[in-house]
Amino acid sequence: MSFVQYGDTIKDGDTAIVFLGHESMFPVKVQHGSKTQTKYGVIRHSTDLIGKRYGSKVTCSKGGWVFILHPTPELWTMNLPHRTQILYSTDISLITMMLELKPGSIVCESGTGSGSLSHAIIRTVAPTGHLYTVEFHQQRAEKAKEEFQEHKVEHLVTVKNQDVCKNGFGVSNVADAVFLDIPSPWEAIGHAKSALKIEGGRICSFSPCIEQVQRTCLAMEEHGFTEINTLEILLRVYNVRTISLQIPDLGKAAEDNSSTGFDSSNQSNQGSLFGILQQGTAQFKSGVPLKEMVGHTGYLTFATKSLF
Amino acid sequence: MAVHRKVIFEKQWFYLDNAIGHIYGTTFEVSSGGSLQPKEKMEETTTDTKEAGTDNRNIVDDGKSQKLTHDDIKALKDKGIKGQEIVQQLIENSTTFRGKTEFAQDKYIKKKKKKYEAVITIVKPSTRILSTMYYAREPGKINHLRYDTLAQMLTLGNIRAGNKMIVMETCAGLVLGAIMERMGGYGSIIQMYPGGGPVRAATSCFGFPEFFFNTLYEFPLSKVDSLVSGTFSSETLPSEPEYNVPVEEERNGSLDEKQTLTQETEEESSTEAVVESNETEEQETMDLAAEDTEYKETKEKGNKENIREKQRKQQERRRKLVETAALLEEKNADGLIVASRFHPTPLLLSLLEFVAPSRPFVVYCQYKEPLLECYTKLREKGGVINLKLSETWLRNYQVLPDRSHPKLTMSGGGGYLLSGITVTAEKVQSDASSLEGQKMEEPTSKKRKLQELHC
Repeated sequence: MSFVQYGDTIKDGDTAIVFLGHESMFPVKVQHGSKTQTKYGVIRHSTDLIGKRYGSKVTCSKGGWVFILHPTPELWTMNLPHRTQILYSTDISLITMMLELKPGSIVCESGTGSGSLSHAIIRTVAPTGHLYTVEFHQQRAEKAKEEFQEHKVEHLVTVKNQDVCKNGFGVSNVADAVFLDIPSPWEAIGHAKSALKIEGGRICSFSPCIEQVQRTCLAMEEHGFTEINTLEILLRVYNVRTISLQIPDLGKAAEDNSSTGFDSSNQSNQGSLFGILQQGTAQFKSGVPLKEMVGHTGYLTFATKSLF
Repeated sequence: MAVHRKVIFEKQWFYLDNAIGHIYGTTFEVSSGGSLQPKEKMEETTTDTKEAGTDNRNIVDDGKSQKLTHDDIKALKDKGIKGQEIVQQLIENSTTFRGKTEFAQDKYIKKKKKKYEAVITIVKPSTRILSTMYYAREPGKINHLRYDTLAQMLTLGNIRAGNKMIVMETCAGLVLGAIMERMGGYGSIIQMYPGGGPVRAATSCFGFPEFFFNTLYEFPLSKVDSLVSGTFSSETLPSEPEYNVPVEEERNGSLDEKQTLTQETEEESSTEAVVESNETEEQETMDLAAEDTEYKETKEKGNKENIREKQRKQQERRRKLVETAALLEEKNADGLIVASRFHPTPLLLSLLEFVAPSRPFVVYCQYKEPLLECYTKLREKGGVINLKLSETWLRNYQVLPDRSHPKLTMSGGGGYLLSGITVTAEKVQSDASSLEGQKMEEPTSKKRKLQELHC
């Protein structure tokens, strides 16, 4: 297994995802002799995991069962330990496409944070690209380095512990794309420009507040970036449910049958229309939105560096 | 890019000749006669504190504020006056300009510049550019797949170098191209197609190097059933011997407008119609293009050689078909992407057979309802977890000092996605599968239990 390549069977040292049920999962470091507690019982790595195929069902000691999944950056994003607020796959998807990332791309990122976006970038630029990621918090930089090693992607990423606004990314004129998720991105625009290739590249800045966006757009313009464009993306999730609605009793119609609609004496008509389950109800499938949805994560500002 | 061909774009026309040799990203100015000249980066003439008003209470819109007439402006254009100068003339001849607020003056200048300063930038094609372009100009061809929805598909599907992907799309090859871009030529792609052959008009616009296509396979949907049931035979190919190579002739990386236009107009009726069999229309299109090339060949080579050539091609196609079938039969694909005008349920139920366990799949549909059905059928079938039905909302913003706000219009809908992960398919009894189904669903509140039923 690796975060940049699929493997078929679970091996010692892998990071696997244990799936317990609807939106309930957690990552596990597979190791000979280790045991993992779940609400369904114990999973013994040596007997239950190692050698089994990814996607297999594993029965735990109490009788319940789970699925073991191959890790992906998306599953990692949903399950990683948060050291900071993270970016979720909805924003990550748009960033990846708008920055035109692909195998071989060289990307600069700051701040590394909890490594959510980092893992996604590494996956996209592999096997020939590289990610230079800058984090000014020493422990977070260390933890990120550790995780990249554990996930066997350290050859694709360089972590620098410094302040991008003061010292830049540590590279010049090599990047195809730069990503900024820091409190004062306008202070890093100049460094971003010099990190980008001379022929040009793409830049993205993520900021929760519109004031930050305004300052950043201004800075981008001053530094000669073009095609400056700000947008936001939100995810709407639907639950698939079979709904039964009661048909109201409107009483019996008079002798002349001129009335139409939900006449309770016209059961057969309604039946053919809605597929009645029981008398007086109509059933249908619906995509029901969740009670609450994420209303805002941040504004994404994209721009292009060009020769002119 | 053909030499000395007129290109028309947004009411501008010009020749691309002078662009050849320049780096992607170069900005050109269209001079009189339609030739392109590289634009020098000019310093914006700093507007010193010009005269401006405070609000529009006294500005009357009677259509008479511009003193230059249509003919005057045309005369200026014909004289070869630069766009910048025309804009300047318009400003000077506007009676209301000085009374406008600074913001309104700004807006006015921007609008006139856009109209009269003929500046174009030639950019390298990418998924970003092609998907936004197709959505803006030809959404019908791509089943109204908005570019952010496409972006979600690529990420949810974990599309990356080295995968073995199964793709079924009727989006003119845009989705295929996006997947190929993210795979960088590594791994392999098997494209399932309806009718006589896959449409790859958009794919050719990406400008991929030749070797990207060495690991691109195609397989007819009409043979899927036989493959799943184990009765596959390569004897009957999906169309007559006239069947030609999937439309990817123009791989030189640019919008070969003429040819793509003819194909696309012929396909327009088939993509727009929400009816079943469009196969015959597509076949006709393919045959027309095929006959074109084949006609020339016949003239030059003579009959005998022609027959031999056809036989050789047929054998090659048969060989490739068998090879592709074998790839599918391994049942170890790393993912499945579906984005078509067909009902997704039968596609998913059959194509998931070829995907390995613990791999993601994503289905796009312009409408929500077919995905509701798909979800239900997948639950019944089992072998999938983490099913999610979603859509994304996209909002553009105008960011200017003291004038920041969301833009005026917003896309009403960009389609829906159903995504999930495969797991080892076990033949479970009905009660066990319902237990599994319950586990996969979130618990509903007690109140709703009266009216709702789990799927």
